[in-house]
Amino acid sequence: MSRVAAIGIDAGSTTCKLVAVDQDGTIISSLLEPTEPRVELQVQRMLDAIRAEHGANSSVRTIATGYGRKLIKDATRNLTEITCHARGVFRDLGCAGTLIDIGGQDSKVIQIGGDGRPVDFMMNDKCAAGTGRFLEYTAARLGVPVPELGARALSTAQEEPISSTCTVFAESEIISLIARGAEPDSILRGLHRSLVGRVVSMVRNVGIVAPLMLSGGVAKNEAVREMIAEATVEDVILPGEPQLMGAYGAALLGI
Amino acid sequence: MTRSEALPHYVESSRLEHFVNYEVLGKTTLRVQRWRDQWKLARRRPRPNSPLNPPLRSVAHMKEIMSRHYLEGRYAAGVRKVAWVTSGAPTEPLQALGYFLVYPENHAALCGVRRKAQGIAEEAEHAGWSRDICSYARTDIGAMISGKTPAGRLPRPDVLVCCTNICQTVLHWYRVLADYFECPLVLIDTPFLYQEAHDHEVAYVKRQIEDMICVAEEIAGKSLDETRFRDVMTNARRGAELWLEVLNRSQHRPAPMTAFDGFIHMGPIVDMRGEAVTVAYYERLIAELDERIERGIGAIKEERYRVLWDNLPIWFKIGDFSKWLAERGVNVVASTYTFAWGELAPMIDPSQPLDSMARVYLHPILNRSTGHKLASMRRMVDEFQLDGVILHSDRSCKPYSLGQIDQRDRLVKTLGIPALLLEADHNDPRDYSDEQGSNRLEAFIEMMEPRG
Repeated sequence: MSRVAAIGIDAGSTTCKLVAVDQDGTIISSLLEPTEPRVELQVQRMLDAIRAEHGANSSVRTIATGYGRKLIKDATRNLTEITCHARGVFRDLGCAGTLIDIGGQDSKVIQIGGDGRPVDFMMNDKCAAGTGRFLEYTAARLGVPVPELGARALSTAQEEPISSTCTVFAESEIISLIARGAEPDSILRGLHRSLVGRVVSMVRNVGIVAPLMLSGGVAKNEAVREMIAEATVEDVILPGEPQLMGAYGAALLGI
Repeated sequence: MTRSEALPHYVESSRLEHFVNYEVLGKTTLRVQRWRDQWKLARRRPRPNSPLNPPLRSVAHMKEIMSRHYLEGRYAAGVRKVAWVTSGAPTEPLQALGYFLVYPENHAALCGVRRKAQGIAEEAEHAGWSRDICSYARTDIGAMISGKTPAGRLPRPDVLVCCTNICQTVLHWYRVLADYFECPLVLIDTPFLYQEAHDHEVAYVKRQIEDMICVAEEIAGKSLDETRFRDVMTNARRGAELWLEVLNRSQHRPAPMTAFDGFIHMGPIVDMRGEAVTVAYYERLIAELDERIERGIGAIKEERYRVLWDNLPIWFKIGDFSKWLAERGVNVVASTYTFAWGELAPMIDPSQPLDSMARVYLHPILNRSTGHKLASMRRMVDEFQLDGVILHSDRSCKPYSLGQIDQRDRLVKTLGIPALLLEADHNDPRDYSDEQGSNRLEAFIEMMEPRG
């Protein structure tokens, strides 16, 4: 008999994640791929793969989250990323607190209660600034691969301030800075500061209940982690697999 | 060519046109339409797939009353004196003098509900009005310039009455109207209240109302009849009392109507307060709500969560929101906005009309401190047994949206219930993102789920 008790799907705007858990909530298997245009077909393929790998049938409870969640026909239920991330991080780190989740399309601050459920949350407004897309978009303009962004930003003490809070206008600002001969690493440092400034503003609105936790793809960026810690004067802790927390939480909620 | 001449769509009607098109044909047609609507509502079969219970039967009467009002507006110019007034203007003396009243804000909301507001507002934007201006103002200025309106036609004003108790935008908006229509503008300045009004503030507003009456009498060519004025005040008080009763009926579980119904049924108290037809309408509505309460019929089929709405509605989304929320077991049972037209009823004193009017028009929720609104919201959470609060952060209405971040914070921290700040606009669909809005609303609903 299959050990898989539930499967969580996080059909995000940038990456698509699947996590299978056993009855105790331990991760048995996970998959992560860049999101394809037909996310429903992609998820079906990933689901088939994970089911085949563990001999699980289609009756296993499957919870979907992320922007593409409503397209997943096999899902038993769909829930927002707020609830799923809170649950995943609560289980992984074992504590309540304040979670910052910076995803590809949005960023959110979630206050997690003692039962692992969100007590309060705030999301970025109708704008891509303050999200992973902001870094991705501007990194492309500078020709720097996304995984190198954080290290490059921390490699210099020089910082070019990016005043625009709009992703598109920030790109124009970068073009001007390049034209004036500014160092790409200094521009990157300024970009990170701009993103962190917006995220920390949301954190202050929700209020910090320690510890401060970070999840989502952007959690892998060391400059973001360092700058958030610096701005909030709080230690920032990360779960083992920050990118999988939405799918993990979804799977846990399916048990 | 003067600006006034540049508005050819504002035409005057003859008494004959008014009589034939409104009194005879119009009223009769609307009555027949109401009978037809009532017949349809009475024979409407339950819809198993709808999350909503059948609509209130009274809606047929409300539609007739409001349509009749707007229909008369088409033929009022040249027959009756016309005043364009802000929603918080002291209109009772104008009604007693026989003025036909146009509420541009209500007209803009009508454009919003019919999803015509954006196109009309763009007329104003093309003429140079900034998108940062209130979408009500842009809608009405656009309608004035272009003549586009789902109401058919609005009558040209003989006088404009602008009261600043709802916002400061109206001051500039009405100056624009005065400039275009080349007619007198009466301004009623209401000092902002941090606490209850002081006597000198009441005296200050009363004096301005007296001045407004002088101007209105001169334009109407007659004096204010005190008996008629007192009758209007009596109806205004009774109408407001009844409206408050209507809203308080939703304290019952399940609530017999939603705040979205309230946004529609508030039409008469906004546009026709002081008229006997409004009193009669709310008496009818209360009787129907009581019947629903007695039979245990709620506005939605499965009321799992009861929610408060703060700020103006998102007019172009009320139908969608009502259904979408009901599908998820959410009944928005109360709203600070609809209460604004009822909560001051006890202040209206027909035996002291001017003093009480001055007091009433100083105390609307938008002319009072953010702390007052927070206290009202807390009281409503308690009285209506609410599970959560949606605060519509309205891009257009700054006075209503000011303080919402702190209010939300206090509600969450002191009452321990979820509260959501939803960014949108009351009339401009370009300022609302469905995907982002529904994602936030879903997370908010998940937070209201019972904790195990």
